[in-house]
Amino acid sequence: MASHEEVLSKVSSTLVEALNIDEDEINPESTLTGDLGAESIDFLDIVFRLEREFGIKIPREELFPEAAQTSDVELLKDGKYTPKGLAELKKGMPFADFSEFEKNPEASQLTNLFTVNMIARFVQDKLAKAGKA
Amino acid sequence: MRWIWIDGFLEFESGKRARSVKNLSSAEDHYAQHFPDYPVMPAALILEGLAQTGGILAGEANQFREKVVLGKINKASFSREFTVGETLHYEVELVHIRPEGATASGKVLVNGICEGEAEIFFAHLDQARSRQAFGEGNFVFTGEMRHLLDQAKRAGAPKPSQS
Repeated sequence: MASHEEVLSKVSSTLVEALNIDEDEINPESTLTGDLGAESIDFLDIVFRLEREFGIKIPREELFPEAAQTSDVELLKDGKYTPKGLAELKKGMPFADFSEFEKNPEASQLTNLFTVNMIARFVQDKLAKAGKA
Repeated sequence: MRWIWIDGFLEFESGKRARSVKNLSSAEDHYAQHFPDYPVMPAALILEGLAQTGGILAGEANQFREKVVLGKINKASFSREFTVGETLHYEVELVHIRPEGATASGKVLVNGICEGEAEIFFAHLDQARSRQAFGEGNFVFTGEMRHLLDQAKRAGAPKPSQS
């Protein structure tokens, strides 16, 4: 049974490797893009590494839900998520902490939802569903 | 402009590994500048050769349905410089492949001795960037690269005499 701390530690190590950063640069609340400097190509690399590290499969849409890439004006208007869009996002990203984002749900700030902790919670859920945690 | 930085394949095991060769010839223009009177193969072009070896391995694994592009090189190290007259062997293994891309580990060998290593990440553009439009001209899987692949397939089974 992998505890959240164990998963968090392995996720942090994976991110350190993928992003070539020092261990002391990373903490559970670090955002992948803002704090750790991840670029879009790094997200794919991170997914690959997590799959290898934890022996799980991560379909792209599970970590990056369709609502996050929408061009539907009912969900995203003038660069901001509508209440309906926000609800869709929350449904698609149940492991993200929306408390700050929902105050001003600009699409440009979406990447701030991807924190080390969020990734760890996502992985732990995958492990639990696979009977590995 | 010719942008093929391997001379050919020596071994090719579909979906798993490939070994290519690059002879460092003084006929190549870049040695005039890199450096005058001190011809050294630019490390970036060695990485390009490793990436082309791995890229064609990743592309062939999916029968070239995807556009394979070099995403990033996470780590690379070389133990020394490589100069005109040397023969480099690039050994690349596919570590992970899935619909959105692939990762590969590559080695540079000279006379059987590992003199460099790199970790290479490829993205499959059609999967990872499906909403963007790119022309064929952006990619290295041109006729010339296909020709090398045919060579690779002919190389097929490992040939100990060429190692």
